Amino acid sequence: MSERFTKSAARNVFYGGSVFFFAIFVGLTAQSHWHILTTSTDVSTLTESVVRGKEVWEKNSCINCHSLLGEGAYFAPELGNVWVRYGGKDDAEAAREGLIAWMQSQPTGIEGRRQMPQFHLTDQELNDLVDFLEWTSRINTQNWPPNDAG
Amino acid sequence: MKYASQCVAYWYFTCAMVLFGVQILAGALAGTVYVLPNVLSELLPFNIIRMIHTNALIVWLLMGFFGCAYYLVPEEAERDIESPFLAYVQLGLLMFGALAAVVGYTQGVHGGREFLEQPLWIKIAIVVVALIFLYNVSMTVLKGRRTAVTNVLLLGLWGIAVFWLFAFYAPDNLSLDKVYWWYIVHLWVEGVWELVMASVLAFLMIKTTGVDREVIEKWLYAIVGLALFSGLLGTGHHYYWIGAPGYWQWIGSIFSALEIAPFFAMVIFAFKMVFKGRKDHPNRAAVLWSLGCTVGAFFGAGIWGFLHTLSFVNYYTHGTQVTAAHGHLAFFGAYVMLNLALITYAMPYLRGKAPYHQTLNILSFWIMTGAMTVMTFALTFAGAVQVHLQRVMGISYMEVQDQIAPFYWVRLGSGVLVAIAALMYLWSVFGPVGERKATGAKVAVQPAE
Repeated sequence: MSERFTKSAARNVFYGGSVFFFAIFVGLTAQSHWHILTTSTDVSTLTESVVRGKEVWEKNSCINCHSLLGEGAYFAPELGNVWVRYGGKDDAEAAREGLIAWMQSQPTGIEGRRQMPQFHLTDQELNDLVDFLEWTSRINTQNWPPNDAG
Repeated sequence: MKYASQCVAYWYFTCAMVLFGVQILAGALAGTVYVLPNVLSELLPFNIIRMIHTNALIVWLLMGFFGCAYYLVPEEAERDIESPFLAYVQLGLLMFGALAAVVGYTQGVHGGREFLEQPLWIKIAIVVVALIFLYNVSMTVLKGRRTAVTNVLLLGLWGIAVFWLFAFYAPDNLSLDKVYWWYIVHLWVEGVWELVMASVLAFLMIKTTGVDREVIEKWLYAIVGLALFSGLLGTGHHYYWIGAPGYWQWIGSIFSALEIAPFFAMVIFAFKMVFKGRKDHPNRAAVLWSLGCTVGAFFGAGIWGFLHTLSFVNYYTHGTQVTAAHGHLAFFGAYVMLNLALITYAMPYLRGKAPYHQTLNILSFWIMTGAMTVMTFALTFAGAVQVHLQRVMGISYMEVQDQIAPFYWVRLGSGVLVAIAALMYLWSVFGPVGERKATGAKVAVQPAE
């Protein structure tokens, strides 16, 4: 680097630039926050059961096998669109029953198949969790994932 | 060792290496479950194994950073650590919390946000640990000589603590939750951790090459400038598909594509300094790890990050094994290798010996980096096949996983090699050293400024 670009110049560029970009980032975050609350998620249906369902999701650490909107572990299927995959848009009752039956029948114990543990969820917990997954499937994710396979 | 209080770093490195062992063990176990899914499925489910794998990694890297800081801050500030006692209290608390977390996880005691599974009391303990640490190093720096290395290091460490506070904010709205979750995860590893990395690297260059401090510190500011200018708005590459506005696809793509720049600069910097220095440092292994670290970070974080960061690519690769490939090589190249570099450099001083077990250490370097490279390629190929079958053709997740099983065997094999290389490394650093080398250190390798 040339002699004109001194250490103190480099330092000033670093501090000044970092403050500048951080300020922009915080500003855009605020705008995104507002966008999420008003446009991309349905706050009016963010009911208590959805919130409880999120707690069930977290308490059992589903994220360390599954992914949700593409984030998490990659050991088990994506669940951000599992409601759609189970046909919840056309027949909500059947999707709910299907998801609950699936969770209740684990583990399959089949040799050579990945095993999902039995979490012994109560009926309410199961329904809350399904409510949470249903709510999540309606987030505007810019059309991600590309297809129902997740 | 110039200052007696630097020896606290020895215990930080020791504890870090214990957790490094836990991390590799859990990783090897998780890799085994991938190919033999019935293993341990009733006793220790995959989600718990993975939790231990990732948590142990993060905590040992932090512990290593703390050790690096306690080692280099006295030499930079030219005075002893403000309170070695507090440093030991801090270490004890952190190690207790880490081990308690691991035991708790196996008993089903955990939260559920990825990487933030620690129970609340441990999260609070981490804040206490951070406060003790920041008080200790900040006071040491403020009362002593101030250098660019300590300026940048302190900024990085304060940033780590500040962004950690977002661990206590978990909105009910999943999209908001994710936005602020990345304030910790991204702004750590693609933000303030890079400041720590660059400053430790600068310290290593000053010590091992003998190049003028002014030159190195100018580079340091330029590198960390590039890191934050690209990395802050680069957070946008996590905001594509979580409910955030569409403009993040532009901002995230452009700025995160630039995130490769600081890593490229680090490679040029390190190699240039080592060639320019023309000083044959006797600890060849430390120089090798330092150079290797920049290359590993360039490929893992830089190239493999760029590979899937553009939004129209990420639309297909998001949340596949491509992400896993990037994650493994990025953490290894940037932060694992950095810690192993400084530990290799510092241990002879901390033990009062001339550099020792160089051949074994260098051998462990090549096996470990080679095995991590194989692992990365295995996961990348697995990801490419997965993207095509699942994201393009729409075949169901589990069917696709069966198709890519062979790659998981390769991953397990390379993981076992990493474990073997880690054992070699640990022996080369902590193993017994013959008496005849015991007195060489002070004469031979007083670092140049």
